[in-house]
Amino acid sequence: MADTHADPRMSSARSSPKRSMSFAWSDPAFRAIVWQVLIVGVVVGVIWYLISNTANNLAARRIATGFGFMDRIAGIPIGESMIPYNPAEHTYGRALLIGVLNTLKVAVIGVVLATLLGTVIGIGRLSKNWLVAKITAFYVETIRDIPLLLQLLFWYTLLQGLPSPKQALRIGDAVFLTNRGLKLPLLVWEWQHTMVLATLAVGLVGVFLWSKHAKQRQDATGVRPATWPIGCGLLIALPAIVGIVLGAPLEIELPVLRGFNFQGGLTISPEYFALLLGLVVYTAGYIAEIVRSGIEAVARGQWEAAGALGLRSGMVLRLIVLPQALRVIIPPMTSQYLNLTKNSSLAVAIGFQDIVSIANTTLNQTGQAIEGIAVIMAVYLTISLSISLFMNWYNAHIALVER
Amino acid sequence: MMRLITSGAGALLGGLMMLAGVTGPAAAQGTGSATLDAVKTRGQVLCGMSGSVPGFSLPDSQGVMRGLDADTCRAVTAAALGDAAKVKFVATTTQNRFTALQSGEVDMLSRSTTWTLGREGNLGLMFAWVNYYDGTGFLVKKSSGVKAAKEMDGATICVQPGTSTELAINDYYRLNKMKFTPILIQDQAEIQGAFLSGRCDAYSTDASALATFRFSQGPKADELLLLPDIISKEPLGAVVRKGDDKWFDVVRWTFAAMITAEEKGITQANVESFLTSTDPDIRRLLGIEGDMGKALGLDNKWAFNVIKAVGNLGEMWDRNITPMGVPRGINNLWTKGGLQYAPPLR
Repeated sequence: MADTHADPRMSSARSSPKRSMSFAWSDPAFRAIVWQVLIVGVVVGVIWYLISNTANNLAARRIATGFGFMDRIAGIPIGESMIPYNPAEHTYGRALLIGVLNTLKVAVIGVVLATLLGTVIGIGRLSKNWLVAKITAFYVETIRDIPLLLQLLFWYTLLQGLPSPKQALRIGDAVFLTNRGLKLPLLVWEWQHTMVLATLAVGLVGVFLWSKHAKQRQDATGVRPATWPIGCGLLIALPAIVGIVLGAPLEIELPVLRGFNFQGGLTISPEYFALLLGLVVYTAGYIAEIVRSGIEAVARGQWEAAGALGLRSGMVLRLIVLPQALRVIIPPMTSQYLNLTKNSSLAVAIGFQDIVSIANTTLNQTGQAIEGIAVIMAVYLTISLSISLFMNWYNAHIALVER
Repeated sequence: MMRLITSGAGALLGGLMMLAGVTGPAAAQGTGSATLDAVKTRGQVLCGMSGSVPGFSLPDSQGVMRGLDADTCRAVTAAALGDAAKVKFVATTTQNRFTALQSGEVDMLSRSTTWTLGREGNLGLMFAWVNYYDGTGFLVKKSSGVKAAKEMDGATICVQPGTSTELAINDYYRLNKMKFTPILIQDQAEIQGAFLSGRCDAYSTDASALATFRFSQGPKADELLLLPDIISKEPLGAVVRKGDDKWFDVVRWTFAAMITAEEKGITQANVESFLTSTDPDIRRLLGIEGDMGKALGLDNKWAFNVIKAVGNLGEMWDRNITPMGVPRGINNLWTKGGLQYAPPLR
């Protein structure tokens, strides 16, 4: 053992020994490749079999295939739509788009409301007030234990018990509550209103930039310049001035009882409201538990240490507790957002026309079952992946930077 | 409640079954009909129906399926297997019915299904016969004061999605330049509840179903009004898959046999006395001479079995629809001013 450099680890030019792969079963590299080729081959084979078999069966049963139906005139009635729709001239493609928009309308508003309600209830469960803690605990335990479908039917039946349009519950001549839905006054939208909204967006950007500047000043000088006068100016005064200068009309359209129902104004249908209410109430039960566990995951010592540093309680929550709690809260919260979105497909049961409802009707009228279900799956996949991507980005954004 | 969930899942399941192709037609053998062979091997006819429409298919207090659609299933089963009890009723919704038939989950569909070009052209289905000539109607509450369909501008209407009613109403409103708001709920009980609670001004579907629904409300039936307007043609029939003509023949000629029986005055009660008849038409119908059954791949006594099991077409009507207070009208025999006319069995 005279030459210590014989040890390859000691040689300056370290490289793994070159070894040609042998085609023997005893060679692990060869075995690995064989297994991978086999598994990929089987997966591709199964998929190919399913597709070709489906195509053969469809052809044997003389069932038309393809997405050509998307360009056909739909002729199916749709109750509520965010974009203009006339069954006599618009296509199945547009009908399906309305379904997607209706699903998004429930999912987006539902996620926001469920987060707010869930957070309040979650914090409520941690309250030192006995009554608040017990009521919120009761809420969580009850709501989580009843199937969502039953809750939706319950809310829908409850809303149907409201009086008919002729005996509407009312606030003055503006707001009416009936079994046909909630009727609200509607601002007649003009281009000036769009300008006001644009100014508000500009104002928001301005406030964001100003608060960044304020933070820099604080870091540099230790004094934080006041942000609220600028904020008020940008967010309230500026849009108001733009509105007045452009002469934005304030014409309000009131709902009026004519014939069978109220005409004009804004309508929130019982179907939409029951679905939204059911989803929000149900999901909030889960979100409450996530928020509670997140806050409880922050050690007591963190609160005390922050207090010892002389931070105010609001700052303790904002600077010390929340950043640590959010790390625990965000990942399960993502699952709840996905659940809420997917659960919105129960809309079929209470007659709200979401993507599942419209795609079901479409596949029934056109007979394109596989295409229709593929559309539903693609829509949910796209929405869910978008939520996941956003939440993952946010999770990375708020993650503690470890040094 | 469960039906709601299974209906959506049913369509999906049907799609998956098609993907897997578990029921691909077997190689032709025996009768030359894959479906008839499968039925004989299985000893059962799988018949898709609703199971929740009074007068068409609804279990009675003994749990026995009753109605025109149910009896249609029994008649075909009696023809194919000689025993009407060998029928197996499969509940389907308006949404999954076609997938169930296409994928082979059921052998035939007798579910108040309207015969349209689109369904034969696009869906790979064939309508063997019409067991009820119907039309779309409106049911309203008397308290609404509506007397005719033309007064329904701006109304909210409860409809089941995926039905031909949906399209018929749309056409009617388009033609008359009126507007309506649809409320589309899949489950029959849910949508009827929505109508009764006042969520909709009118409930629209086939006039027959409206009449039987109104009847099923008992003393409250007087508060509901079936509008006189019939806004579309809805021939409801028995449906089979395309590509199995022999099975199609069995279903079609079962109807022809029941109509011929009614023409000749043969009933469930007196069919045996006709076995000694000298009328050549009757002798061929009952399988005493000619090989009519064999030609269909059935027993020669097929029509005898049908009449023995469910009676003639008129008896089926009297048993199921008459109690609902619906007159036979155009559903009568051609000899009595109706549309039911059977080609000769020879």
